[in-house]
Amino acid sequence: MDEGRVSRHRAGAKLWLAGGWLLLALLAAILAPLVAPQDPLAQDLMLERLPPFWIDGAEPGYWLGTDSLGRDLLSRLIFGGRIAFIVAFAAASTACLVGSALGLVAGYFGGWADRVISRIVDVWMAFPPVLFAILLVAVLGTGLSSVVLAIAIIDWTRFCRVIRAEAMGQSRMDYVENARIAGYGRVGIMLREVLPNVVPSIVALLSLEMGIAIIVEAILSFVNLSISTDDPTWGGIIAEGRLSIHQAWWVLVFPLVTLILTVLSFSQFGEALKTRFDPVLW
Amino acid sequence: MNTCLDIAKLSAVLPNGQRVLRSVSLTVQPGEVRALVGESGAGKTMIGKAVLGVLPSSVRIVEGDMRLEGEDLGKLDPKARRTLIGARTALIPQDPLTALNPSRRIGPQMTDRLVRILGWSGEKADKRVRQLLDEVQIRDPERVLRCYPHELSGGMRQRVLIAGAFVAEPRLIVADEPTTALDVTVQKQILRLIAQLQREHGTAILFVTHDLGVVAKISQKVSVLYAGKVVEEADTAALFSAPQHPYTRALMAATPRYTDPFASLKPVDEAVLAGLAAEIASADKAWRRPHG
Ligand SMILES: Nc1ncnc2c1ncn2[C@@H]1O[C@H](COP(=O)(O)OP(=O)(O)O)[C@@H](O)[C@H]1O
Ligand SMILES: [Mg+2]
Repeated sequence: MDEGRVSRHRAGAKLWLAGGWLLLALLAAILAPLVAPQDPLAQDLMLERLPPFWIDGAEPGYWLGTDSLGRDLLSRLIFGGRIAFIVAFAAASTACLVGSALGLVAGYFGGWADRVISRIVDVWMAFPPVLFAILLVAVLGTGLSSVVLAIAIIDWTRFCRVIRAEAMGQSRMDYVENARIAGYGRVGIMLREVLPNVVPSIVALLSLEMGIAIIVEAILSFVNLSISTDDPTWGGIIAEGRLSIHQAWWVLVFPLVTLILTVLSFSQFGEALKTRFDPVLW
Repeated sequence: MNTCLDIAKLSAVLPNGQRVLRSVSLTVQPGEVRALVGESGAGKTMIGKAVLGVLPSSVRIVEGDMRLEGEDLGKLDPKARRTLIGARTALIPQDPLTALNPSRRIGPQMTDRLVRILGWSGEKADKRVRQLLDEVQIRDPERVLRCYPHELSGGMRQRVLIAGAFVAEPRLIVADEPTTALDVTVQKQILRLIAQLQREHGTAILFVTHDLGVVAKISQKVSVLYAGKVVEEADTAALFSAPQHPYTRALMAATPRYTDPFASLKPVDEAVLAGLAAEIASADKAWRRPHG
């Protein structure tokens, strides 16, 4: 009991820290036109490579400095968050929906359904994911929807594998047998009895996947395979920052920190939520 | 009156052809408690699952039939069978923790079945569930109905499950070692409770146990099972006063006595087991599986 309370307490702290950052980043992204101090696309050669605010030579209004074209870094990060979050939510929920549904069916029904689904997952996972993503985008073309689709196509297997295992474990429990004796149909048992018990895992995976989707999008942007090159993306900013690392380290460091914080927050947030909502762990 | 449960010559095999049930015949009359006793692995749970239609997919029934109040379960289509079993039977399981859904509150878990499967009104179901919680001596039904299973003790969970088993007035309850997973002090209370509800509701019970002490306390009839084979079948009183089969006698000799706790460590007599094994091996040789 005591142990449960400690882990719940820690989970609470994690939940607030990670959730706080995500909320801040999300709000900034949604309200970008209102909160961004500058136009993220406005170039000004007079203002190029301004340092962040605490270093001599900084300009007020350009808190995190500017890049080599004189664009405001903070505003670019805020606007870049829009694409990051859209990709995160769209790709992760698509992957989650497909993967969890197939995993639930495979794990609960077993038999040939499980054999077919598990075989597909095995084959799927044999592809190295990043290469797979690049290949897919090359085929589907660049643009928001193909990036989302590519990530979902690659990552549904994460959900499928985990949820299959959990659903399988749950279906061996006596309460499932009891429901069967009571006269419930198989699909009803799967949805009403088994599904609620795997929801905490689905939520945790979903959150983790949002972080992963952001990384994949950044990687695609980095190799210039993502969305249009005009809109700022975190991966795109990182790619540019790499070129001017010796003159303006901040153009590389701030987007990296933003990316890492966001990805970490997603994974921690998911874990904390799972601990929090798993009734048995309390 | 129809026999409540009539199992005749039931045999079941594993995929490798090994028999887990060997021509099992047993009956449970209405309102009667039939104990099914045997060591772990004898196939007691298998028989219960066969009756309730939840055998593991690897186990196949190859001969024999089962009648529930005269209805031949093997002749019904799967849907009708499920409906019949759902309406007339219930299970009191061995492990009260995993038999309740961990993510659902007790209240909806209990009423859900009455409403969805048996078509009762929500109000009637609610009233009935409360009545049963009262019968199993749960003092604070309000709290219990709102609890998740893990918030209750093992004894409380088993009370909930007993209430759940009796709630829809089944004709037959399969109780699969319902006290085995509980503390010794709680075991007696739960056993007494099952006996009391059984008497008041007049429900027939197939009571699975490995404990002859429990058999003596609760049952009127008893079947002794060894390696999937019923070796002896008798009135409980008769069995204890004059056990016929050597295995029954050996089992009694190995049963713990309160005056001599170390007696519980005694294994069943080996010579008897060797004799039985030979008997079963020759029976298996003679037995030809139906349908090749
Ligand atoms: N799911 C299963 N698949 C195949 N064999 C099983 C399964 N469960 C149990 N058995 C075997 O069936 C036999 C009877 O088991 P069981 O009915 O659980 O015994 P009991 O309840 O008397 O302890 C045992 O030999 C056991 O190994
Ligand atoms: Mg058993």
